[in-house]
Amino acid sequence: MTQMRTPAGTTSVPAAEPQPVIEMRDISITFGAVRALDEVSVRLFPGEVHALMGENGAGKSTLIKALTGVYAIDAGVVTIDGERHEFSSPAAAQAAGISTVYQEVNLVPNLTVAENMLLGREPRRFGSIDVREMNRRARRTLLHLGIDVDPRTVLDEHPIAVQQLVAIARAVDVEAKVLILDEPTSSLDADEVEKLFTVMRRLREEGVAIVFVSHFLDQVYEIADRMTILRNGRLVEERMVADTTQLELVRLMIGRELEVLDRLDRAAPTTGAGSGTPLLTAVGLGRKNTLEATDLALYEGEVVGIAGLLGSGRTELARLLFGADTADTGELAVRSHTRRLRSPRHAIDRRIAFSSEDRKAEGVVGDLTVADNMLLALQASRGWLRPIPQGTRARLVKDYIEALDIRPADPTALMRNLSGGNQQKVLLARWLITEPEILILDEPTRGIDIGAKAQIQAKVAELAAQGLSVVFISAELEEVLRLSDRLVVMRDRRKIDERTNDDVSVRDVLEIIAGETRSEEDTHA
Amino acid sequence: MSAVTVPTASAWDRVRTYRPPNRYLPILATAALFVGLFGVGGIRYDGLTDPQVLLSLLIDNAFLIVLGVGMTFVILTGGIDLSVGSVVALSTMIAAKTLDMGWSPYLSIVAVLATGTLLGLLMGLLIHYFDIQPFIATLAGLFLARGLTYLISVESISIKDPTVTDLAFRTVHLGDYYVRWTAIIALATVAIAAYVLARTRFGRTVYAIGGNEASAMLMGLRVAFTKVGVYVISGFCAALAGLLFSLYILSGNSLHAIGMELDAIAAVVIGGTLLTGGRGYVVGSLLGVLVLGIIKTLISFDGTLSSYWIRIITGVLLLAFVVVQRFATRRRP
Repeated sequence: MTQMRTPAGTTSVPAAEPQPVIEMRDISITFGAVRALDEVSVRLFPGEVHALMGENGAGKSTLIKALTGVYAIDAGVVTIDGERHEFSSPAAAQAAGISTVYQEVNLVPNLTVAENMLLGREPRRFGSIDVREMNRRARRTLLHLGIDVDPRTVLDEHPIAVQQLVAIARAVDVEAKVLILDEPTSSLDADEVEKLFTVMRRLREEGVAIVFVSHFLDQVYEIADRMTILRNGRLVEERMVADTTQLELVRLMIGRELEVLDRLDRAAPTTGAGSGTPLLTAVGLGRKNTLEATDLALYEGEVVGIAGLLGSGRTELARLLFGADTADTGELAVRSHTRRLRSPRHAIDRRIAFSSEDRKAEGVVGDLTVADNMLLALQASRGWLRPIPQGTRARLVKDYIEALDIRPADPTALMRNLSGGNQQKVLLARWLITEPEILILDEPTRGIDIGAKAQIQAKVAELAAQGLSVVFISAELEEVLRLSDRLVVMRDRRKIDERTNDDVSVRDVLEIIAGETRSEEDTHA
Repeated sequence: MSAVTVPTASAWDRVRTYRPPNRYLPILATAALFVGLFGVGGIRYDGLTDPQVLLSLLIDNAFLIVLGVGMTFVILTGGIDLSVGSVVALSTMIAAKTLDMGWSPYLSIVAVLATGTLLGLLMGLLIHYFDIQPFIATLAGLFLARGLTYLISVESISIKDPTVTDLAFRTVHLGDYYVRWTAIIALATVAIAAYVLARTRFGRTVYAIGGNEASAMLMGLRVAFTKVGVYVISGFCAALAGLLFSLYILSGNSLHAIGMELDAIAAVVIGGTLLTGGRGYVVGSLLGVLVLGIIKTLISFDGTLSSYWIRIITGVLLLAFVVVQRFATRRRP
């Protein structure tokens, strides 16, 4: 196994290249029957920012967890400075010089910046913590990284971005060889990202190998030197960022040759809707750090598809439309009544239904029966004082089990025993029972089998033909294109394009998504 | 009134320009409340300004101060200890019974402290390793300790041991004034606890757990040791408070200290410690006990008010402090 396996398409490695500080070779990890990682190889070089790229489920976080000792590796070798290592725990990985900063800041908000940096290894004198020395050491590290924070201030007085930097400072204080930043920028604004990048550049100059995970392509192009692209748990390619166009990158992440996609795509609008006054209008709808001001109009019987990569703002838009998050700016009108939707309840009252992308956490109640799950939203909108008559319950549940072909066709089956596809159908039924005028579907077909997927797609088309307005969000572009009358393309938390779906191809959408390169402004690379 | 509460202009300017860090605000509010109550009382009632009143406050509430110290540790981690009142009763009973049986006072003290510590250890282990809600685990402890007290004796047992009664009545003179040993022990407990919380890794871990337990774990701190440790400390403090209470009341009785755990919790909360954990100081709890104590004193000085007013005022104060804390700690958007 000494021979390095080069995946197809990798450019050959120049002889003068430095030694990687960490090399992961042919790493495989299996959970039950699922192969989360399949012979993936990654090389991290000192003084480089290495981006891990891939859509959801590509295996990025599994790979990171394998590297940080959270998951045990089933097959493959990890070498640090040429020596073989096996990590049994996160502490072991840390001891070997691998530090991780997660998206969610893992610090304690109630203690000072200095304490957060040095908790567990505070300098002591005569057995008691030497606060002065602790503050001095923290100040030195912060200064060294160019972070302008008083170490004596309490952590939660600072914005998330600064807390993120403090987390990095804590990681660096242990002399990290490798710093893993897992989605560090997802809740930062542009200035804050710039601050983070300044720190990252400084660490890079000092020879730290940095792993950077982000869904923002522009950020990757600004800071990363090298990238490894994963798809479905497999390695696609290792590339130098400077040698890869954004279009190429998006194609590598999503996979399949574009020509094949072009043929697959039918691009046939389902109905000729889009006339009269819109049912729902959003003007300048936005939320700080979540979504830039966005306009959207939805007509009766129309399917509006929202396309974009993960983190592009598609889910955020849906949540604002439903009132699950409140908008900071802009207005939302339903049937020309301007309303600020303060909560999902308001939205439900205005006959809006929302099926969340996070089926497990925000949809399914596993310990209730299929029937109970289906009737939850209807019962909630009626209020607890007006129970649904037994007969109506039975009829509704029976009708929808048949209409959506839910299996097992047993209203008393426990929800958690159903397959993902059937759970999704029950959730669809839950909202349809409330007879909505507007249905927002966020990733309704994710992780479900082909058959169920086709059934759900057919049902959506049928409902739209009957006059229901649908906002359809999916990571699968083919699906969005197949169903939508109109297409909204999002990227980096804003709407970048909107067009009628006549003859739009997957390639067109990819080009729109990748198109907005900032290569002119890009001084780096 | 002007002599007591309104400082001179220049001092006021300094006060106005000084902004204490936010984390000290609750404790300063409690201190101001105490000074205010003392000041108002001093004007209305003759004799309240006598320093001996202050010292008596410490003497009369020594056991509650110690109880509050233990409770502060627990609440700082985000937990709660409901068993402490019962442990106080159990401690008075063990002390009275063993002394009655002719044990040496020292042996008796050791027995009491060991029992409280052991009970705390058991509850801590349950809470951490079996992941049982602190509320439930210590509620079980509450019933267990109270039951054990009845098991030892249903009757009240008075303490007549000469060494003990001598200690109970012995005073330490400070000029014209005096304190008892119980008050000194209570203040020493506060001082030691303040040091442990501020200057040891154990103490900082207590705060870290209260701030975010999952993060504390990921930072590699000794979460298990610390979480069990705070209940051990609380159990020890409850036993020590029981000893002080025995000295104060000179008897062991199953009906002692019913609901005292709630007084302790009230004192800790009024002292500015957040019930959700992570924020607060033992000195605050000391002030909280003193505030509760001064209310009692004021009402007894007044003479016309019934003692149930103590409860009503305590309730109002508690509510006010929790509401103020809610606003003070609300996250800025």
